[in-house]
Amino acid sequence: MKRIGIDVGGTNTDAVLIDKSTVLAAVKSPTTSDVMSGVINSIQRLVKAQGDAPLDIDAVMIGTTHFTNAVVERARLDRVAAIRIAMPAAASLPPMVDWPADLRASVNPLSFMVAGGHEYDGRPLVPLDRDAIRDAAMRMRDAGITAVGITALFSPLTAECEVEAAEIVSSVLPEARITLSHRLGRIGLLERENVTLLNASLQSLGQTTVEAFRSALASVGIRAPFYLTQNDGTVVLAEVAAANPVYSFASGPTNSMRGAAFLSGRTEGMVIDVGGTTSDIGCLVNGFPREANNIVEVGGVRTLFRMPDLLPMALGGGTIIDPETGRIGPRSVGYRITEKALVFGGDTLTTTDIAVAAGIVEIGDRDRVKHLDRSLVDSRLKGIHQMIEDGVDRMKTSAGDMPIIVVGGGAFLVPRELSGVSEVVHVEHAGVANALGAAMAQVSGEVDQVFSDMSRDAALAAAQEIATQRAVEAGADLNTISLVDAEDIPIAYLPGDARRVRARVVGTIGTPGMKLVA
Amino acid sequence: MIREFGADEIDPLAIGAWILGTGGGGSPYLAQLNLKQLYAEGKTCKLIDPAALADDDYVAVVSKMGAPLVGQERLVDPAHLARAVQVMEEYLGKKFRAIMSVEIGGGNAISPFLAGAILDYPVVDADAMGRAYPEAQMTSFAIGDLRMYPLSLVDCRDNEVVVARAASWKWMERISRKVCTEVGSTSATCKAPRTGKEVKEWGVLHTVTKATRLGRAVLEARAAHADPIAAVLEHEGGKILFKGKVADMDRTTTGGFLRGTATMEGLDADRGSKLELAFQNEWAVGFRDGEPIVMTPDLICVLDTVSGEAIGTETLRYGQRVTVIALPAPDVLLTPKGLDHVGPRAFGYDLDFKSVFAA
Repeated sequence: MKRIGIDVGGTNTDAVLIDKSTVLAAVKSPTTSDVMSGVINSIQRLVKAQGDAPLDIDAVMIGTTHFTNAVVERARLDRVAAIRIAMPAAASLPPMVDWPADLRASVNPLSFMVAGGHEYDGRPLVPLDRDAIRDAAMRMRDAGITAVGITALFSPLTAECEVEAAEIVSSVLPEARITLSHRLGRIGLLERENVTLLNASLQSLGQTTVEAFRSALASVGIRAPFYLTQNDGTVVLAEVAAANPVYSFASGPTNSMRGAAFLSGRTEGMVIDVGGTTSDIGCLVNGFPREANNIVEVGGVRTLFRMPDLLPMALGGGTIIDPETGRIGPRSVGYRITEKALVFGGDTLTTTDIAVAAGIVEIGDRDRVKHLDRSLVDSRLKGIHQMIEDGVDRMKTSAGDMPIIVVGGGAFLVPRELSGVSEVVHVEHAGVANALGAAMAQVSGEVDQVFSDMSRDAALAAAQEIATQRAVEAGADLNTISLVDAEDIPIAYLPGDARRVRARVVGTIGTPGMKLVA
Repeated sequence: MIREFGADEIDPLAIGAWILGTGGGGSPYLAQLNLKQLYAEGKTCKLIDPAALADDDYVAVVSKMGAPLVGQERLVDPAHLARAVQVMEEYLGKKFRAIMSVEIGGGNAISPFLAGAILDYPVVDADAMGRAYPEAQMTSFAIGDLRMYPLSLVDCRDNEVVVARAASWKWMERISRKVCTEVGSTSATCKAPRTGKEVKEWGVLHTVTKATRLGRAVLEARAAHADPIAAVLEHEGGKILFKGKVADMDRTTTGGFLRGTATMEGLDADRGSKLELAFQNEWAVGFRDGEPIVMTPDLICVLDTVSGEAIGTETLRYGQRVTVIALPAPDVLLTPKGLDHVGPRAFGYDLDFKSVFAA
């Protein structure tokens, strides 16, 4: 069972070839502006590392920053139609009211606020205005818009208005690609609508990106099924992922965390991924990144949906140290480290220079940092360790020491001992943990909805069945599916013993499709 | 005595109000967005000094009411707050001179501005708490034994209710809460109207200006990379109580309130010490190594040590670096009658009130 894992990052495109859990080859290449030539180049180097023998690939797993970049750059976004079903409530704050003006302009929304939606206790707010939705669909057709986001009041508890509205829109506009808010977000109308509309705006890019990856893989002779990695550390078949690009927003750091779990063989603990400019600290729970419960901003937009709980810190291998004040960061020389850092003959003092001077790591020319004052080196090293200790402490949810797994190119900055940490785990292949995390990823299925008029056991079983069905749709092998987590919250104010159940299952990828020789 | 409230004062007001919320009061975010929308549409607000009110002027006291979670979905609509004021005018057969907030702490600090911008009534530079509190009888008007009725309540579906009379502040709370639940646990209300004389006598004065200045001090300190907490202390004559990190957060929801205790371990000068902060929506009493050192009605504020941003009892979490400060309470809350309503015993702590600002 051979797989290729690829992680397209801002600076590097990392790729690994694995056979079951053995790493056969790992390469790092610069990310190219067109992305695809970098991906092709990486795969060709993997092939070369295997002695140009034919590759028998079962699956390719890709993590990409394509979608986040589009939002951040305000580019390649579709014009969106926003339907909000909540009138006469929430009338004063229209869709995208709190988006940055430039992003709103690039999405240029056609917004409709129609009557309908539900209350928290399941009563309709007012009857759904079906005619208004039909009119909206006709106006979308006239404007040539196919990317549609529908958000109804309290839809995470009662989804029927969104489902019915989608049917009406599809009947008028069969080519519409519709995002329903209850499938993505949680309680919090503006935040859930924001995620929905971001997702709608990325529909074309989702399709073209998947097509581009498909032809890039074909050009190097790979026709195996391929998958995109998700915020929760799992993968879904690329064509399924194309419909929900927002689920790929945080795939980079998530892949690193999954890689850390795989490389260390651990399922619980903290993970620090030290890059060139920043570090991310996260927490593994049951082998997967802990989910954020608070608002996460994406490109200046407030969102509340399935995202990993991460603490970004301005600390990496290229972080600049002010020789006068000793201040560490926040600026970094970034990818120009090989020309700027002292050990490479440059003129900028970086964290890497401090580590080399302290004899922790051998990079570049150690003689070039010999002149550094020993007390400066020691105090700055201590400062770096302090930053890491503070970060780890902030990400804990309770007191008590926890192990930390260290990955990323700047892993050498993390010492063997840290206060508040029971064990610092350094691993092999730490530099390509992200690509490994992608390669090893499993397929998940998730459900988060309200069940009523059934017992608790029946509700949990029903939730697991829906999650399983979704996992199989996303490419999982039915026989390998297991439950990762399930929780239920009784909703006291709803009739019929109602409870909200969240369940998530994972399984290994299903029967491989066509295999081809590279 | 009456002046324009500038668009550039909206953010400072929201930041200051959130600090004066002492951990509760609800986030001002949605109200702030609404007010910016209104200003963008060309509407504006005026701020009137309480001294400019004639004794027989009528003042509307507005607030939004309901469950915070429902507010996150149904949002806040200025039109309904304005309508609540009009319903009251129709019931009374009188016109208001101005509008004021019941509490300056949290999102309701902005509620009178939303109604005022639509109705073109000035907002009074005053409130009835000088902070935030969870219950209706915890206002300066209740401390002054002023009349607690009538009350008007409006929901987005053309439902309008007037509670003509109530036997006590507690009855008013029970009846209006019941109506609010029936319309989906969110509504706009206009509380018992006040005369200009009552506002001047029993209102907590100049709190809008205070909140706005406080917010501006924080923003300016941040822009200058200075310590925003020092700015808060200097502006309000506050006292720093404790610097530490959150070691435990224990929350339960009982009787419609968020109650619990936050435990902080000391850092820097406070290393080795422990602070326990008990709360009921808002921070109520602080115990340092078991000894009570600060209690309501002194304002207890928990701020992010770096940004100076206030952190609410709903969002505080393990590991956060926080600075706990106290700000002086309004005089009316410190009177014996005031302490009956909002002192430590009103929250179930058998403690005699002792201010951190007592000489």
